Amino acid sequence: MKSIRCPLNGPRPLLEFACGGEVRAMPDPQACSDAEWTAYLFNRASVPGVKREWWCHTPSGYWFIAERDTARDEVLVTYDAAELAAKAAT
Amino acid sequence: MPHRLLKFAASSLLGRPHPEPRMFRTPSRLKDRYEVVIIGGGGHGLAAAYYLARDHGIRDIAVIEKGYLGGGNTARNTTIIRSNYLTPEGVKFYDASLALWAGLASEFDFNLFYSTRGHFTLAHSDADLRTARWRAEVNKHFGVASEVVDAAFVKKLVPQIDLDCGGHSPILGALYHEPGAIARHDAVAWGYARGADRQGVEIHQNTEVLGIDVRDGAVAGVRTSRGDISTQRVLCAVAGSTPRVLKLIGLDSPLTIHPLQAMVSEPLKPWLDPIIVSSSLHAYVSQSARGELVMGASLDPYELHSTRSTLEFAEGLAVNMLDLFPFLSEVKVNRQWAGMADMTPDFAPIMGLTPCEGFFLDAGWGTWGFKATPISGKTMAHTVATGVAHPLITAFSLQRFARLELTGEKGAASVGH
Repeated sequence: MKSIRCPLNGPRPLLEFACGGEVRAMPDPQACSDAEWTAYLFNRASVPGVKREWWCHTPSGYWFIAERDTARDEVLVTYDAAELAAKAAT
Repeated sequence: MPHRLLKFAASSLLGRPHPEPRMFRTPSRLKDRYEVVIIGGGGHGLAAAYYLARDHGIRDIAVIEKGYLGGGNTARNTTIIRSNYLTPEGVKFYDASLALWAGLASEFDFNLFYSTRGHFTLAHSDADLRTARWRAEVNKHFGVASEVVDAAFVKKLVPQIDLDCGGHSPILGALYHEPGAIARHDAVAWGYARGADRQGVEIHQNTEVLGIDVRDGAVAGVRTSRGDISTQRVLCAVAGSTPRVLKLIGLDSPLTIHPLQAMVSEPLKPWLDPIIVSSSLHAYVSQSARGELVMGASLDPYELHSTRSTLEFAEGLAVNMLDLFPFLSEVKVNRQWAGMADMTPDFAPIMGLTPCEGFFLDAGWGTWGFKATPISGKTMAHTVATGVAHPLITAFSLQRFARLELTGEKGAASVGH
């Protein structure tokens, strides 16, 4: 069985994880237009490639970030969500 | 070699035509321009080509297919045909498809193995029964044969079923849809290809789209691996590859791509007549004309652009299938495969015009596209020919998301996703 390295619990079987979708920036609901808001709600970048995603280790309820190749079914790297801000700054 | 075979070889070498016409021709080169270019040689694309030629007199069409004809989701689904949907828009649309299915074999002079079996959606809980009643009432309102039946009725038509489901989730009743049917999926693609080819449509396999030329907001041409084509009208019918084609013209969509896996057992003597679906157990099964049990389950739970198979899927499906039919523990699984399903947020398709003039979309077919092949072809042909969305598909436009007018069809999905 495939496994994913959880930053908190180490390598665990895939069945213990749930995917929460791509990490996306929410537009300011007060400031953005209706078109921008519905695009944020529904549209997704669905071409294959390496994506930064939210994943949850469900037994421990721990959410973290995985960078995954959506063409090859391969998790490249996982890290705590706190590191997102650091990555955004660079 | 036996000499008696020589006369057949000789007549073939002398160029005597084969008495049966081939399914479709293979043109040696692409022309510089076509009136309509259809991207995707699956059931939907070929059906649109067929109806464009038959109903609208547009025959200057190229269907271009990256791989081989019908090698995508047309040949990767579990071939269930039904119209017991949940929304009025869905019921009317899929029921119009059912009406077309009945006549296809004679239209193409080709056996599609279309077989009306009856379709059970099993209910294991009060919530399941509530959805079943809701669907039955909507269905009956639109004249679709659909009713809620009790467990004894299920047992009568499927004596082998374990109504207790191993004690986990006993069957309380079911939604029964008598017109539910199956068909041979390859034959559907080949049949439409034959029908389209006979009217002059060109089918180009092994031809990949590399780019789409847009000038002043309108389609001007298609660049392919076998040369450039100039055209004003393009229909995109590529299921799981839709986001990649849309990216070529800079269009966003709410599609997400998930693999949908399926598997078949070894061939058995005919024992299962109806189609059995259990949304609670995430499983569906029917017995094909070859005797194989064709089985499916839910989508893979995360986005993936691949048709790989997994052991987890086969194991998970087997657990639930054995709850329904414990005696299948003796039966072997023969094959397993996957298709790339283009899922929409509301489980309804995306059909019709797009913000790019002359670019028409037939997508969002997720896990429910096979049954819609005839009607999607017919309504998209109308839409491409007239430039106005067919009345049956106005609720399925790409623009519905921006207007927050979704078509909530999730309750009619074959299994809970």
